[in-house]
Amino acid sequence: MRVMGAEPCFEKSFGIAGGDLVNAGVVSSKVKKILQELHVPCQAIRRATIAAYEAEMNVVWYARRGTLTLSITPELLRIEVTDEGIGIEGIELAMKDGYSTASEEIRQMGFGAGMGLPNIKKNSDEFCIDSVVGQGTVLDITIRRR
Amino acid sequence: MTLEEIKKILDAQVIITPQDPQMEIKMACGCDLMSDVLAFIKEEALLLTGLTNLQVVRTAEMANIKALVFVRGKKPDRETIALARAKKIPLLVTDLPMYEACGRLYRHGLPGCSEA
Repeated sequence: MRVMGAEPCFEKSFGIAGGDLVNAGVVSSKVKKILQELHVPCQAIRRATIAAYEAEMNVVWYARRGTLTLSITPELLRIEVTDEGIGIEGIELAMKDGYSTASEEIRQMGFGAGMGLPNIKKNSDEFCIDSVVGQGTVLDITIRRR
Repeated sequence: MTLEEIKKILDAQVIITPQDPQMEIKMACGCDLMSDVLAFIKEEALLLTGLTNLQVVRTAEMANIKALVFVRGKKPDRETIALARAKKIPLLVTDLPMYEACGRLYRHGLPGCSEA
């Protein structure tokens, strides 16, 4: 775990169910609501919710279950998403725009174009990814509040 | 351009009316790929799409999309409408295909996200 520069003044974890398309996005919606209630600047909220949503959808599509933890300090927003799933073989490849292993079902829903991980990185000030094939993936997203 | 003007230009049916009938739209994006929408759309844009699933509304929520237009006469299901209503995202449906719907709005002066 990285040092955030200050102890979180807010921290909350949410479970994400793999394969649950009806509730996909509910966790990111809660993240957005919390950030709005805490009067985080709009641009940081948008970046955080887009990153959280992309990460949440990845858990829904590819993992059995996952957890999103939102930590907030006076300076930073941190979103850690861990999952138990198939993992990613070749992270460098997965980080390239357009690379995708998505099924036809995922593509029909409007996703799976190989934009998810690059878009998470684009919306982060710091982004770390670690994955073990057959076990799961950890994403660590940090966004400056201002 | 107001949403009311957009409705007229697209001969659209309104499924969820905006809280402000004079809601102003400054730019638009036509796309069926939510991955692209999340990556490229600007805040407060109008999204025209042929997809009508729940994730379109979720995408609109996360990216601060101001309103949704479903093209090719595609009607969203009850769950999608309920979610959009809860998130206060106006919904319109036009029978026009994507190219023509976008073309009409562009011809009337509504710019794309890369121009606005």
